[in-house]
Amino acid sequence: MIALENVTKRYGSTTVVDDVSLTFGGEGVAALIGPNGAGKSTLFSLVGRLLTADGGRVLVDGRDVTTAPSRELATTLAVLRQDNHVGARLTVGDLVEFGRFPHCGGRLTATDRDHVERAIDYLGLEPFRGRFLDELSGGQRQRAFIAMVLAQDTRYVLLDEPLNNLDLRHMTDMMKLLRRMADELDKRVIVVLHDINFAATYADRIVAMRDGRVVADAPAREVMTAEVLRSVYDAAVDVREIDGRPVALYYS
Amino acid sequence: MPTEVLTGAPSATGAAVEPRAVTGWRASWRRPVVRLAVLGAVVVALVTLYLLTDVPGSLAFALRIRSLTVAAMLVVATAVGVSTVVFHTITQNRILTPSIMGFDAFYLLISTVVVFTLGSTSFLRLDPLVLWLVQVVVMLAFSVLLFTWLFGGRRRSIHLMLLVGIVLGTFFRSFTEWMQRMLDPIDFQVLSDAMFASLTRPDPLLLTLTALLVAAGCIALLPLLRTLDVLTLGAPAAIGLGVSHRRVVMALFGVVSLMVAASTALVGPILFFGLIVANLAYSWAGTFRHAWTLPTAVGLGMVCLLGGQLVLERALGFGGTLSTVIELAGGLFFLVLVLRKGAR
Repeated sequence: MIALENVTKRYGSTTVVDDVSLTFGGEGVAALIGPNGAGKSTLFSLVGRLLTADGGRVLVDGRDVTTAPSRELATTLAVLRQDNHVGARLTVGDLVEFGRFPHCGGRLTATDRDHVERAIDYLGLEPFRGRFLDELSGGQRQRAFIAMVLAQDTRYVLLDEPLNNLDLRHMTDMMKLLRRMADELDKRVIVVLHDINFAATYADRIVAMRDGRVVADAPAREVMTAEVLRSVYDAAVDVREIDGRPVALYYS
Repeated sequence: MPTEVLTGAPSATGAAVEPRAVTGWRASWRRPVVRLAVLGAVVVALVTLYLLTDVPGSLAFALRIRSLTVAAMLVVATAVGVSTVVFHTITQNRILTPSIMGFDAFYLLISTVVVFTLGSTSFLRLDPLVLWLVQVVVMLAFSVLLFTWLFGGRRRSIHLMLLVGIVLGTFFRSFTEWMQRMLDPIDFQVLSDAMFASLTRPDPLLLTLTALLVAAGCIALLPLLRTLDVLTLGAPAAIGLGVSHRRVVMALFGVVSLMVAASTALVGPILFFGLIVANLAYSWAGTFRHAWTLPTAVGLGMVCLLGGQLVLERALGFGGTLSTVIELAGGLFFLVLVLRKGAR
């Protein structure tokens, strides 16, 4: 269980995360939505111990992220950020092996190699294994990073806008993959999304943020109403039912 | 397991880049261990060449003098090569060297202050051990202060630290120049001798002390090699993988400062040498893993120093100008790196 208790974060006098209390871990895929600047990425950084909260605390399986040993946390919680630029020339295989660092400290055992193989296989990266990251397309590179996170073999996986820069097919593939990670591998995936239709289709639960606060937190279907979405994005959104599924039309 | 979800249609390029079957010497040439071994053999050959050829008088005498120079080269190559590679990894930037933090400027400032206040006669009569100790302690204190001030606090910004280092370095340099202008010509002559790195005829005691410090630094790095590899992913990813980033970077920076301070106090300021060596090491080693890049950087440093010394001293007949030539080559190399980065 990831529990945020009255978490507050300020940059100077601006409060970006304002007294947020949330728990994750009950459902397979939870989507975090909200307009730009709502505090979604900051929230992730607080859970991923990249930032320290100015108030409140974050607990992962009952342990405070600011005091628990970093290596141990990294075996239960994996965070993938939006921008993953690597200066050095690494191959896909090298990158995925890094996912095992929290478990083995860099000295891979047979079990670690097994995890690496499975992660590469799961993302269909076998043909690219020996390729350098800067020789891959955006979608392939994104998959390589997801494979690293998968090799890390954590119960909780936090992904910040994994659909960024992906085309239509790869976006759908990515969401299906997250769904499978939750259903087949019993992971708890928490993902920041901008396309609410993807959130509605693939997530079990949607948490909506605005101005650093949680404004809606409910099963996906309940959040997909014109009133809720208007209050979240401050824009007119029409929600229609197509084949029994709510679809938001925000193209006006 | 249904893997076709994402592999559905492998892209055209994906199919084309099947790992080519490479056999024979080509395949082994790609292995870092082979490359490092070749480099090691070149270093050994150069050392033998330097020690045993062109002996004017007694071989034993020549060996004694020359082995000191070779030892000094090894210490400097290790300190500079290792510290630069580690510094590149910490800062995620491959066109910096630790000296950008103002090490050389500080070294010159200390020497200048001593000559300015005591005069050149006392400067020359000063026990080299005392001067070396003062240099090491003051340089180390300076960098540790700068580091804890700018990185240990809440700000934790490596870039801010570098910027302040550069500004302070410039300040020290200007202050040094100002003092040098007021020196009398003889004092200045003595001082300018200290302004350029000199590898030949090092003081044996100081050489031993420096070697011990540099060796201690290397041993401290051994358990951190794999963590260094993870740091190449950048701070956020490394933290995500469980690296206690601040603690590790503090430790690494301490080691870098110690090595640079000790070797600068021994031979004098070296600016661009580390830059050439580290960048050549990345392409020579062909891997990002520090277990290979660090020794490769040391080996390449030895090749540069020994090869340069052989060419200058034996082939061209110049003595003692090696550091100047290396700095010139390093400066040009730095420009090339900056321009290439800018063009991309």
